[in-house]
Amino acid sequence: MQKGRVLVSDGAWGTFLQKKGLHPGECPEQWNVTRPNDVFDIAQSYIEAGSDMIETNSFGGNYFKLKGYGLQDQVFELNKAAAEISRKAAGAEKFVLGSVGPTGKLLMMEEVTEIELYNAFKEQSIALEAGGADAIVIETMTDLEEARIAVKAAKENTNCEVICTMTFDKILGGEYRTMMGISPAEMTETLVEAGAAIIGANCGNGIADMIGIVKEIRKVNALIPILIHANAGMPQYCDGETTFPETPSDMAGRVKEIINAGANIIGGCCGTTPDHICEVHQIVKSL
Amino acid sequence: MNDLLTKLSDCIEFGKINLASPYPPQMKGQDGADEITRLALETGVNPQDILSKGLMPGMERIGIKFRENRVFVPQVLMSAKAMSTAMLHLKPHFLSGAAKQKGTFIIGTVLGDLHDIGKNLVGMMVEGNGYKVIDLGTDVSSEKFIAAVKENPNAVIGLSALLTTTMVNMEKITKDIKDAVPGTLVTIGGAPVNNDFCSKIGADNYSADPQGLVEYLNVKFA
Repeated sequence: MQKGRVLVSDGAWGTFLQKKGLHPGECPEQWNVTRPNDVFDIAQSYIEAGSDMIETNSFGGNYFKLKGYGLQDQVFELNKAAAEISRKAAGAEKFVLGSVGPTGKLLMMEEVTEIELYNAFKEQSIALEAGGADAIVIETMTDLEEARIAVKAAKENTNCEVICTMTFDKILGGEYRTMMGISPAEMTETLVEAGAAIIGANCGNGIADMIGIVKEIRKVNALIPILIHANAGMPQYCDGETTFPETPSDMAGRVKEIINAGANIIGGCCGTTPDHICEVHQIVKSL
Repeated sequence: MNDLLTKLSDCIEFGKINLASPYPPQMKGQDGADEITRLALETGVNPQDILSKGLMPGMERIGIKFRENRVFVPQVLMSAKAMSTAMLHLKPHFLSGAAKQKGTFIIGTVLGDLHDIGKNLVGMMVEGNGYKVIDLGTDVSSEKFIAAVKENPNAVIGLSALLTTTMVNMEKITKDIKDAVPGTLVTIGGAPVNNDFCSKIGADNYSADPQGLVEYLNVKFA
């Protein structure tokens, strides 16, 4: 990336796990120990599709989320296993990004304290590093304070590079804000100061909106590397199944535009598949 | 008297909880929803008027601003907090019958889904608009919804889901509820759902924002 190369990340994990039989209400991270081969298959399929980096099956692996399943005592074990599985698939050449999602607890409603949040992110980041993660990717954040605490916790307690992406919606005025009202510009300032090496956006409404978000980040920071993990559009429901509208070619068709806007790493979020990543990889390679 | 109610509605709209609360900055050092509600009751203001002329207009204004993207979740949560504080003073009057709520709304996040931020927000806004709200929590099964509506006849049920993996559970829960207690109205909300999904699963209403749900309930309970 320092040589100006654009890198390709992976696609969805959650929706992929579902296809492999994860039931709603089942803890995805538990599969790292109960069904490691299925988790490995996902990791490997993205490596085969051309990803330069893959994430880990640890998005909900923090104390608070695992507590919902009575698994709060297994934070270290489940996260370490997650990183080990992805490491095995990535080999020595490709990068492993340890996935860290939000706790679902609101600071402003006093459901959790800053120290509790910091400790939860610290515990998870350390375990991911122990399993072989090269970087920690804090993602799907909407509250800037929680994101900042997570970045600090990962930065201060591991040697991993810290990446942080937030989830934005397009609001009525055509601007982008997270659910908590944070703009891409506000995110950029705070997270860079907190120590994030790479920032960006994930999830959301599809890749087209991501182009606008990248432009807003670039307006306030010309240098910070930007990572985008886009959904394959908004889910649609048909005969008891949810599907995502954007095809691999839809996504690949926007890649040039998003790189021109200033993105450095491109991958997928909910609904994207190895086919999406494969086509994105082809485009990136050809540039 | 009217002055107190106007002030109370401002406290709700801007999320001023009590005198000690530093938020919002422009109301620092002023009485909040807590003190004003207590004072209003002490000076003989009708509890019904406190609800319908103080709390509800404030909640409606913040609901509309939220829908128009002029405020975001944090501001609405502060308003909801202010409202809950005021509600504590009003609760005895609801129990005694001195003030009446418009109807009962049962809410829960569906089976398999542990997310509660949106659900809590909607529950608080509905309550602040004059309804009795029964919150069944997260990971709620058909049986729990059915038991709650049997205990509270004519209540409207709200289903919440954040995940594309759990929104599918809304279909079975809606069907179960309607089989068990025919005529029960089911309304849905959450990031991945929409009108199209609502009609496909046989639910009665989808609202994209809390204010939309309040308006739906106001029609149904009119």
